[in-house]
Amino acid sequence: MAGLAASFGSGAMTNSFAEFDQAKLLLVIGSNTTEAHPVAGAFIKRAVQKGAQLIVVDPRFTGIAEHAQTFVPIKVGSDVAFLNGLMHVIIKENLQDQAYVDAHTTGFNELKAKVAEYTPKKAAKIAGISEELLVRVARQVASVKPAMLIYTLGITEHTCGVNNVRSCANLQMLLGNVGYDCGGVNPLRGQNNVQGACDMGALPNVYPGYQKVEDKAARAKFEEAWGVKLPKKNGLMMPQMFEGMADGSIKALWVFGENLANTEPDIRHVEHCLESVEFLICNDIFPTETTRFADVIFPAAAWSEDDGTFSNSERRVQRVRKAVEPPGEAKPNWWIFREVAARLGKEWKSKSGQEIWDKEVSKLAPALGGIKYSRLENDGLQWPCPDTKHSGTTCLHKDGCFTCGMGNFQALDWTPPAEVPDKKYPLVLSTGRRLYHYHTRTQTGRCGGLNDLLGQETADISLADAALLGVADGDLVRVSSRRGQVVVKAKVTPQVPQGMVWMAFHFREGNANWLTNPVYDPISLTAEYKACAVKVEKA
Amino acid sequence: MAKPTLTLNGKPVEFEPGQTILEVALNNGVEIPTLCYLKDATPTGACRVCLVEVKGARTLVASCAMPAGPGMEVTTDSQAVHTSRRLNIELLLASGNHNCLTCEANGRCKLQALAYKYGITDIRFKGQTQQYATEDENPLIVRDFSRCILCGRCVQACNDVQVNRAIGYGYRGAASKIVTTGDRPYHHSDCVFCGQCLEACPVGALVEKKAKGQGRSYELKQVRTTCPYCGVGCQMLLHVKGDRIVKVTAAQGPANKGRLCVKGRFGYDFVHSPERLTTPLIKEDGQFREASWDEALGLVAKKFKEIKKEHGAGAIAGLSSARTTNEENYLFQKLFRAGIGTNNVDHCARL
Repeated sequence: MAGLAASFGSGAMTNSFAEFDQAKLLLVIGSNTTEAHPVAGAFIKRAVQKGAQLIVVDPRFTGIAEHAQTFVPIKVGSDVAFLNGLMHVIIKENLQDQAYVDAHTTGFNELKAKVAEYTPKKAAKIAGISEELLVRVARQVASVKPAMLIYTLGITEHTCGVNNVRSCANLQMLLGNVGYDCGGVNPLRGQNNVQGACDMGALPNVYPGYQKVEDKAARAKFEEAWGVKLPKKNGLMMPQMFEGMADGSIKALWVFGENLANTEPDIRHVEHCLESVEFLICNDIFPTETTRFADVIFPAAAWSEDDGTFSNSERRVQRVRKAVEPPGEAKPNWWIFREVAARLGKEWKSKSGQEIWDKEVSKLAPALGGIKYSRLENDGLQWPCPDTKHSGTTCLHKDGCFTCGMGNFQALDWTPPAEVPDKKYPLVLSTGRRLYHYHTRTQTGRCGGLNDLLGQETADISLADAALLGVADGDLVRVSSRRGQVVVKAKVTPQVPQGMVWMAFHFREGNANWLTNPVYDPISLTAEYKACAVKVEKA
Repeated sequence: MAKPTLTLNGKPVEFEPGQTILEVALNNGVEIPTLCYLKDATPTGACRVCLVEVKGARTLVASCAMPAGPGMEVTTDSQAVHTSRRLNIELLLASGNHNCLTCEANGRCKLQALAYKYGITDIRFKGQTQQYATEDENPLIVRDFSRCILCGRCVQACNDVQVNRAIGYGYRGAASKIVTTGDRPYHHSDCVFCGQCLEACPVGALVEKKAKGQGRSYELKQVRTTCPYCGVGCQMLLHVKGDRIVKVTAAQGPANKGRLCVKGRFGYDFVHSPERLTTPLIKEDGQFREASWDEALGLVAKKFKEIKKEHGAGAIAGLSSARTTNEENYLFQKLFRAGIGTNNVDHCARL
């Protein structure tokens, strides 16, 4: 999100899901859409069925790749080089939208000079594809206007994640595709309310509505609204909190609805941090691997047991409704926070989802000002929606009028992943989600039928590597990295290219995060889940 | 250019080139009953329930599959139409096991509704005995072929709506069956359990295994909500009986238009798991013990005050949740900023 915010002035999906099956050309990069966002995938597949062109860029031949006319199997972590290579060809052949570039962007000359270094020969070599394919993709993506770019965590979960995002933005601005229906740069958010958690200011540097903590006027506004003095400095991001737990500077951590012990890279390190912190509080609906470390556990009401809103990827605020009562003494999370605040001497008036939203959130965040519960009964509203007459915004940066004024090109160099294969650990491990489960199975593991469809983790390897290792489909293998090792069944599949292992983090046993590398993008502090070095042996 | 017109039940009406007679009728408020028709999918004309009379045509025509033409004279409810429709419904009723007593579709079945509408009380034809065994072995969807009327809506839903291409028509004539590749059960096929076929089935041939016997459609309260899994934000209906969610179906939300995936459709029953946390817990000597809300809340507040006094508010940190509501996230960051006095609040946006 930091990447898009720097390029466009807003860190959110530019367009809407309803445009997916109307698009004429879709470039899907780093997105296993049919497994991680199946319904979005259905719209892309429908677009193809109706005649759209689909280009899928991914190291793996994913389900969505089966529908593509052009599949581009780039190497893990080569995205910037590949995208620079595309832009090299586009500029060399004068296929860019120069009028758009001149009118709506800054930094074109620097970009032009930088991508000039990424000849098809050089870019194709880094990406592990043929020059011919690179040139063909550049011409194809420039041949249709507007073209829609869709990405997911394959772009962001790298030490160069922000640069990957900015390269996607560079390409789409160069082609004049940002600010039009069926165009734009569209990150698909992995969780139901990641967009909302960001919008609500659950980040160390911004208040609700992306108003900056370090901005004096913004701080004064919230000080007045909340009736307290507020701290001036940005807070810590999650990896910094972990460091603080390990070195003792963080004494108490409150974890709310997350199973960190399985989701963060390098489980052994994470558990060490959770063990080290003096006082750990968890809100959850189930005991998890994380709550084991807690000093106090609060039982929370689950989805369907309280009223509220989620904001989806396309910035749409939609209602979540109460259908059943929470079990036992479980209480809504907001009630728990309000009660603790009261014991800290703060009496907060709002006492329902609707009151919190209508009386606080929508009054404090200008882009949400027009969104009230009374307007959310059916299809919700997409922000920005500044006043109650506004019908919401389906497409951001309309006609190239960027939120920040001009779109910013950024000349970027490719950097390899922090850990690359070597003699000892010769394969690349990349990780992600599978269709039948969600994250650490706290929820899906307790739903009838889903464990029957997927009951254990596997290490997905190529036919070629399986032959080299003497491993057959279903054999047990030991996968090890510099952090740890797991023993899982091998899934021998043509989806995966030679030299790569692919795993998920749904199961405690065989969880990929025993192996992943806790290194982070320097700006977003997103972990490099998509690349580390491992070896595989027959177990 | 003037729009082309046709005559519908004696009245001239305009239409768009490419529209079917059924679409023209719907646009003009004329109801034609359908069974196999599925909006936005390629028409099949399989069930012959939407028959209408077109002057000059050799036979009655299926309005769902017949493109409207300029100057056509269409009658939607003549005696011939009525007789044919009635006959076709009767044949469908005779074609399999359409005993409503214990059928899950009772109350929402389109065939049942048509039988009622056309007053079909006895069936003149002897039906065939059950040809294919019910598929009850996959974990989520029961396929009762004895109730299948071969309307093909599930095939359209799978191929046109979700584009999963897992099912199609198999065998021929009276032996026809909706099949996966190689006629294997769903869980051994290309099926990805999105359940769009369930959504499309107008009868009781496809039913949610977990919902079987849990309540009739007319006993269930429907609550519209947003899916709790990925960031697409599909809209869904929770079907609730008493204090239990018994099944989930898709709603026509702007981001899903009537679709769901396997997690959205079948990933709801965790809320009723006996493993749910139901009371506050405090750890003492390495063991958790139950505590009252007052005690647990008081302990947390006390601890925060102590740490703040000794080490400053910056020694306290919070991780919010991208899985919970906006309102809860808002209040969590407000608690840290305005209640405790630190900006140490983050969440796993990066996962």
